[in-house]
Amino acid sequence: MSHNIYLYILVMAGVTYLIRMLPLTLIRKEIKNKTIRSFLYYVPYVTLAVMTFPAILSETGSVWSAWAALATGIFLAWTGKSLLQVSVSACVVVFILELILL
Amino acid sequence: MKNTNRLAFARGMRDGIPIALGYLAVAFTLGIAAKNAGFTAFQAMLASLTNNASAGEFAGFTLIAAGSGYLEVAVMELVANARYLLMSCALSQKLSPDTPLLHRFLISYDVTDEIFGISMAYPGKLNPFYSYGAFAVAIPGWAGGTFLGVLMGSLLPANIVRALSVGLYGMFLAIIVPPAKKSRILAGVILVSMAASFAFTRLPGISALSSGTRTILLTVLIAGGAAILFPHEEEQDEP
Repeated sequence: MSHNIYLYILVMAGVTYLIRMLPLTLIRKEIKNKTIRSFLYYVPYVTLAVMTFPAILSETGSVWSAWAALATGIFLAWTGKSLLQVSVSACVVVFILELILL
Repeated sequence: MKNTNRLAFARGMRDGIPIALGYLAVAFTLGIAAKNAGFTAFQAMLASLTNNASAGEFAGFTLIAAGSGYLEVAVMELVANARYLLMSCALSQKLSPDTPLLHRFLISYDVTDEIFGISMAYPGKLNPFYSYGAFAVAIPGWAGGTFLGVLMGSLLPANIVRALSVGLYGMFLAIIVPPAKKSRILAGVILVSMAASFAFTRLPGISALSSGTRTILLTVLIAGGAAILFPHEEEQDEP
């Protein structure tokens, strides 16, 4: 059986959209339960932290440039720099360090 | 009212810039995977425009390249993107309860790790126009990057791609660190998350799970544990 690429794309898009759309349309009231509210409060922090570390260490050409980007990011975010500043600084640190290291 | 929407849109566009830059780099490599699966540049761009999911698309392209059936691809998308289910649940509480259904349908289109991150960092309830502003900048970066990845393959210098690839992590840090500065509990939760995430990449058995599945497991365990041990005292974060 030969497969159609457009049908594949449709299947992928359909499943992915439903996963995102169902909670946003079905949960329309504020949840009152304190434990569930607390759980949802912690979700973004845990998810983003889990996705950042240790994944960042294998993104670059050397773990040292990745550690430097991580340290720079944490420091600048701690001192209240904007999203764009933190993000671009991390990129610049990797670029410059890899010119020296690699 | 109109004016606050316009301001939210502009703010979304501004916060969308680092996302678009990071997407460009990730989508570029995604385009290379799409090309290997037999996609044209247009088809790959269409997949990115309709999916907006890095891991899901990578996994899908890999299966398609191997000649898998539609059902297998559907199940793979369900597993690779299940974390968005959790994110959408959290996001549902960030919306004002009277947010119209149309806005809910539109926001659902691009709940990604990054857009979710900045949406949750938005002060007070989320204005849907903030999301649309971010979409307007981030989606062209994502779809365009995929398109270019198919066309130009490995023309972009590798050191630039590598440098851009940490941009998304920088953004995650900019989202999670400032609130952790104000709350020791949150700082602890983040440290535990990172340590456990590291452990999960090393532990035999668990390390064989896909990164998406590990993310879901860790999120449920740690956010669940934190919710029971340290119930969050709500501040009045109404605008």
